[in-house]
Amino acid sequence: MLRIENLRLGFTSGKNTLAAVDGISFSIAKGETFALLGESGCGKSATAQGIMRLLPAAGRVLDGHVSLDNENLLALSEADMRAYRGGRMAMIFQEPATSLNPVLTVGQQIGEVLRRHLGLAGAEAIARMVDLLRQVGIADPERRLNEYPFQFSGGMKQRVMIAIALAGEPELLIADEPTTALDVTVQAQILDLLATLQAERGMAILLITHDLGVVARMAHRIGVMYAGELVEVANREAFFGRPQHPYTQALFEALPDISRRGQLLSTIPGQVPSLSAMPSGCRFAERCIHVMPVCREQSPHWHGQEEHVVRCYWSGQARLANSACHEVSELGVSTGKGFLVVDGLKVHFPIRKGLLQRTVGHVRAVDGISLSISPGRTLVLVGESGCGKTTVGKALLQLIAPTAGSVRLGDNELVGLAGRRLRAARRHMQMIFQDPFASLNPRLRVGEIIAEGMEALGVAGNAVSRHATVSALLGQVGLPEEAGDRYPHEFSGGQRQRIAVARALAVQPELLICDEPTSALDVSVQAQILNLLKKLQGELGIAYLFITHNFAVVEYLAHDVAVMYLGRIVEQGRAEEVLRNPQHPYTRALLSAVPLPRQEGAAAVIRLPGEAPSPANPPTGCHFHPRCPNVMEVCRSRYPGKVEVSVTHSASCHLLT
Amino acid sequence: MMGFQIVVLWSDMLIWLLVAAGIGVGVLIAKTPPLLTAWRRVGANRVGMASATVLLAFILVGLFDSLHYRAALDGKPGQKVQYAVEVLSALDALATPLRTRSEKTYSEPFATRLYAKETVDVPGRDSVREYPRLKYGGRHLGEHEDEVAADAAFTAFRAGVLALLGWLALAGMAAAVVGRDSVIGWQRIWRGETAFAWNAVLVTLGLILLGVVPLFWLSGQYHVFGTDKVGQDVLYQVLKSVRTGLIIGLVTTLVMLPMAVLLGIVAGYFRGWVDDVIQYIYTVLNSIPSVLLIAAAVLMMQVVIDTHPQWFSTAAERADLRLLALCFILGITSWTGLCRLLRGETLKLRELEYIQAAQAFGVSSWRIIIRHILPNLMHIVIIALVMDFSGLVLAEAVLSYVGIGVDPTMTSFGTMINNARMELGREPAVWWSLVAAFAAMFILVLAANLFADAVRDAFDPRAV
Repeated sequence: MLRIENLRLGFTSGKNTLAAVDGISFSIAKGETFALLGESGCGKSATAQGIMRLLPAAGRVLDGHVSLDNENLLALSEADMRAYRGGRMAMIFQEPATSLNPVLTVGQQIGEVLRRHLGLAGAEAIARMVDLLRQVGIADPERRLNEYPFQFSGGMKQRVMIAIALAGEPELLIADEPTTALDVTVQAQILDLLATLQAERGMAILLITHDLGVVARMAHRIGVMYAGELVEVANREAFFGRPQHPYTQALFEALPDISRRGQLLSTIPGQVPSLSAMPSGCRFAERCIHVMPVCREQSPHWHGQEEHVVRCYWSGQARLANSACHEVSELGVSTGKGFLVVDGLKVHFPIRKGLLQRTVGHVRAVDGISLSISPGRTLVLVGESGCGKTTVGKALLQLIAPTAGSVRLGDNELVGLAGRRLRAARRHMQMIFQDPFASLNPRLRVGEIIAEGMEALGVAGNAVSRHATVSALLGQVGLPEEAGDRYPHEFSGGQRQRIAVARALAVQPELLICDEPTSALDVSVQAQILNLLKKLQGELGIAYLFITHNFAVVEYLAHDVAVMYLGRIVEQGRAEEVLRNPQHPYTRALLSAVPLPRQEGAAAVIRLPGEAPSPANPPTGCHFHPRCPNVMEVCRSRYPGKVEVSVTHSASCHLLT
Repeated sequence: MMGFQIVVLWSDMLIWLLVAAGIGVGVLIAKTPPLLTAWRRVGANRVGMASATVLLAFILVGLFDSLHYRAALDGKPGQKVQYAVEVLSALDALATPLRTRSEKTYSEPFATRLYAKETVDVPGRDSVREYPRLKYGGRHLGEHEDEVAADAAFTAFRAGVLALLGWLALAGMAAAVVGRDSVIGWQRIWRGETAFAWNAVLVTLGLILLGVVPLFWLSGQYHVFGTDKVGQDVLYQVLKSVRTGLIIGLVTTLVMLPMAVLLGIVAGYFRGWVDDVIQYIYTVLNSIPSVLLIAAAVLMMQVVIDTHPQWFSTAAERADLRLLALCFILGITSWTGLCRLLRGETLKLRELEYIQAAQAFGVSSWRIIIRHILPNLMHIVIIALVMDFSGLVLAEAVLSYVGIGVDPTMTSFGTMINNARMELGREPAVWWSLVAAFAAMFILVLAANLFADAVRDAFDPRAV
């Protein structure tokens, strides 16, 4: 139905035009999902915008054809094109929070499409809107039509966005990372919804994503993009069974997974070449492990059968994923005495209202959690967004003053410490933040950034020894020594995260709190950072408190796991206990909702209805009961106590008592 | 050779300090790559560079007007040298013909006769009422009074040719700098291929030269902008006003900047009661009509100055102090906007992860402010600085018009407009004073605004 031939898109900068998408061709049939897979900056989104002719001001269509049912879209006038946009093809975007207009009601925003493309108005339109909202699974649609976007949660907004996209009855739906901003349980809901709608309407879907798990769940055919080119196009079976392009294989191998515990993840060396310096041969040659001389001279042509074509000279066998080298031994490390012991930690933020700013309630971000971290081990704190896991990290460091509870480091109580003694205690713990672009001051040199902690805490006295230490640290995190004289903006995301690691290591902490350190990074870069963290733990014996929502990372890295829901820990224990034998229904649902990057996908997903409630007003009894598939009467009235499943494994659920 | 005594007025000191500070900041910028790249973007902006060239011309006039001296009076040899009461500037010395060739009263631009009838005794006849010849304007024409247009055009043409030659020389130098050891420098400038917007600068420079050289050439023979009520050349007044405008614009910014930056950052960073106090102060200040506040302060200051005449040895010193006091008053009443802006930005910055990382290291609050917050606010400060400048020049005009601005003996755009207000009521109207003041102020403020736009574009992180 949709045919794209040799599409080239470029962005003008000054007098030059840089081709961001360079000659890609593919087609999508009715009722088919075509997934465009690739890392950030490879031209996926530009392709989608090019198809919709919604390129930004600097963007140009340089060459090629885009046709929908043999109608050349690139030749249409702007007025005719508008009938296509939202009519025959529609788009949903990554960030539901910004793709809806906050000052219009949901009904007005859907009605806009109905009026434009179907000429519906009045009662007829309202009936249609109610119908649409019901299709995307929004309860009580009559009332919600008159509500504003802020009254909807993130997943609900994305449903509304899908309803708007469906309103014009499109034949092609372009979904640009539709679930990247959502939690796993909500992601599962949205992906299911898209699959159901596709089955009902026979829509074609162009799914743009970087997540192999999402691809595995949704796609019929897959195109892998690299540096503006398609390098491999295959149907689902061939793609997951025999990935052929070295880049595709490398992507698979870079994924952290339970089967790769204790091994180094394979990484892709180097970076995607910049648009202004594209190599003339194969664009992946510089980073390819199978590179041959011919690769650098001439760009390879497509070869292979109809359903699996690849653009590569190399035709060797894919390395088989070797699941036999699963190292269990590491899991058996005995738990020593915890050197960081958290007991009953609470962080409540007051909600103030009125003229006198009276406190009318509390957001219970962290509501009484107890943890213990032993030297050299990794405790992973996992949970969905808004469950308070980041607040825990900051409260441990005393960046946020805890409301109650105790944090003991060795024999020192940290809560309530101030001034010099707190500063001395901070030497033992450091934090690595989520966003490598926000965590480095853009106005300071890398060397100054790394040395800051040493100066503040009085480690490494004079300038000469500090300089030597900075060089040593840069070497330790795998950056060249001269990096110290450069500014953060000269580095890529992964390199910046290495700098952040070096900064934290500078004061020789015994505990590193890693707050989603890889969630802003591409898979191949994530693998590099995870390897680095693992290597440092081996060398220095640092303990990690790893905060994440990514289960693949949990499986790969964790010694101990604590699952958080709405400010409380619902289940904790050794990694293999929690992951193999989850006791709490929430843990089970979370585990089953993670899309696996395999052809067979997940066996049976436990559907969780709705989304996590607000910690300002948690449900009575067990916080999880409104979403729990096994809810009982007692759950509604009383919060369950902690039940020991084994010496190291415990969960808070009435089912276990 | 006449002796002279250098007089350093307070405002001169501030101006030259500012120049020194400007050079210092320039050196600092050259050493800080992120700032340097931002300023390079300003340098590549054609409109920005064209307006910067115009601004530079104004600043040059202002700087010449900031070198003050008192000329020695002719005395008998052996006596102690006496100095004139009048304080002159280098600009006055350069423009001596403009300054000294005063007519009796109003005359139109390029006029050869006064704008008012007088009774003149004509030899052989009785006294006649007529428009008398000007003492200086068009004197060289003698009997051929009606040839003004031809004469002026010819003179302007000659001056224009000279200006063109001068411009070609400058352009040649620029081309030599750009091209270094090759000849293609000229082509690169012409096609706009240089990183610095040389073509815009050269075109503006050409226009300025073509306008200014003939103007000054003609001003030797005519009153090109006419004369005012006391016969003073309006062009001279315009030139003198430039310094007043610049001082008001720059010194005021200097007064308010430390206050706005410090209070804004402190309020945003520490929050709590500090934030409350600072917010209350600026909200209260903002809710009083600023003109009233300024009027009250200026009137009080005037009383102080009037009751202490012994403080000042010359009238210029008194006027100067009053000007500075006005700057302070304007500064103290106008910091709220920038303060509010910086507070908001600091509230955003303090939640950023690199600030939290610094806190986790136990870095002290003041060190965080200086190392992490202030450098990241600099773009806002620079933008506000340039934007406020034009606003303050305009504010001076308004205040002087209301009568609470600079000293009446000091020439400024405001006093010029204020005086012209009366003249507009005459029949026929005297329009040239007002038009000249407006035009000069318009060009100055427009250039400042366009430059501010260029600076904002270059420093806006979202545009990068």
